[in-house]
Amino acid sequence: MDRPIRVVVAKPGLDGHDRGAKVVARSLRDAGMEVIYTGLRQTPEQIVEAVIQEDADCLAMSILSGAHNHLFPKVVSLLKERGVDDVLVVGGGVIPEDDIPGLIDAGIAAIFTPGTTTTSTIDFITQNIKRK
Amino acid sequence: MDIRAGLLKGDKRAAARLITLAENGDEDAVKIISEYYHLTGKARIIGITGPPGAGKSTVTDKLAKLLRQQNKTVGIIAVDPTSPFTGGAILGDRVRMNDLSTDQGVFIRSMATRGALGGLSKAVHDTVRIMDIYGMDYIFIETVGVGQSEVDIVKLADTVVMVMVPGLGDDIQAIKAGIMEIGDIFAVNKSDREGAERTATEIEVMLDFNRTTDFRPKVINIIARDNDRVDKLLEAIEGHWNYLCKDSNYQTRKKNNIKTEIIGLINQYVVKSIQNDNQSNLIQNMVEKVYDKQIDPYSAAIDILEKVSLGKQQS
Ligand SMILES: Nc1nc2c(ncn2[C@@H]2O[C@H](COP(=O)(O)OP(=O)(O)OP(=O)(O)O)[C@@H](O)[C@H]2O)c(=O)[nH]1
Ligand SMILES: [Mg+2]
Repeated sequence: MDRPIRVVVAKPGLDGHDRGAKVVARSLRDAGMEVIYTGLRQTPEQIVEAVIQEDADCLAMSILSGAHNHLFPKVVSLLKERGVDDVLVVGGGVIPEDDIPGLIDAGIAAIFTPGTTTTSTIDFITQNIKRK
Repeated sequence: MDIRAGLLKGDKRAAARLITLAENGDEDAVKIISEYYHLTGKARIIGITGPPGAGKSTVTDKLAKLLRQQNKTVGIIAVDPTSPFTGGAILGDRVRMNDLSTDQGVFIRSMATRGALGGLSKAVHDTVRIMDIYGMDYIFIETVGVGQSEVDIVKLADTVVMVMVPGLGDDIQAIKAGIMEIGDIFAVNKSDREGAERTATEIEVMLDFNRTTDFRPKVINIIARDNDRVDKLLEAIEGHWNYLCKDSNYQTRKKNNIKTEIIGLINQYVVKSIQNDNQSNLIQNMVEKVYDKQIDPYSAAIDILEKVSLGKQQS
């Protein structure tokens, strides 16, 4: 692909800091992607609007607060409602192993936990985005 | 996705996709923009420029909110630099505009420079047109905060707001020649800080010496973070527009910009068609001939120009 992949990096919920999300944003940039960084305390509605207006290939969300089981699926269903079906959605943060299958079922393509290397995150995104 | 239908119906996804096509140099974007070119020219285009961190995004956010209160629709194009090393970019301006995100009368698009110099990206011009066709009443362009090379904005915007901060004294000295000509309005942001009045005075003095046109830019102290006096800034923007409407040079300038654009496109098309013909080794053959001194490079270039099939391509 001879265009940069565009990724919206968002933090839904009430997390107090976004250090982890910024590290991810920087590593995606260093992999040649255009990262639209939206900052802390995003509502699902704001995230979906950002994805649409930025015409992102990928949405990468991170949650530390424990609200992932509610917020991640909420974003996915709002995207569906708006007819957005060509965006790869991935999640990360502090997420218990047990919750992961449910999130995948809800339409999150992959969950990256603190143990995931940035290289594998980058590879996953590069290989799985839905548009050429 | 039917971009044409969506665009006129106010579908954000269609507009967003068209901007992507334009950014990626897709010929479909040129086709669609050409089809709807007659619908452009309605939007007011405001450039927001100034040093990194001066508060450009915050100012834009507050101006947009004021305009929304007047029921005006607002497009925002926020440009950040592409890393020359990786080709990637972090586009962070939305952070300051989050609560505009869900407003149906606002469209925000972040854009990387992708190697373009001059504080904008190549696709900004097309994106302005797309937002104009899409029906935005005001279009803000936030440039890269580069200090000296944001000159491109002048050719695109009706009004350029230069956002400064107190205590930039030495920097102003360093960049004054450039910026004094660029700004139609000077907003001294962060006027909650010490030295704001002095900075405003310094700018006034420099305007006395550096301004060649008869329009005298206003210098306004604002605190964008607290939405303090941003309404005065908006008034000044309207004031500048009223001036432009009466200014006989305005049309001339617009026409000059069109001329520059057409010449730029000619350049682009010529290079493109030569590169297309390159498959038939036109250039490579000439390189060999010039290398062997059978022909000089000047005649070679003219020879190539005569051979390429101009006008045949679609765009
Ligand atoms: N003290 C003070 N801080 C402000 C004011 N306006 C904005 N800021 C802060 O200045 C910082 C930079 O603001 P931005 O709006 O992101 O500035 P910018 O010029 O868009 O920055 P870049 O796009 O990175 O060049 C943020 O932390 C803002 O909260 C103000 O009036 N007073
Ligand atoms: Mg900014």
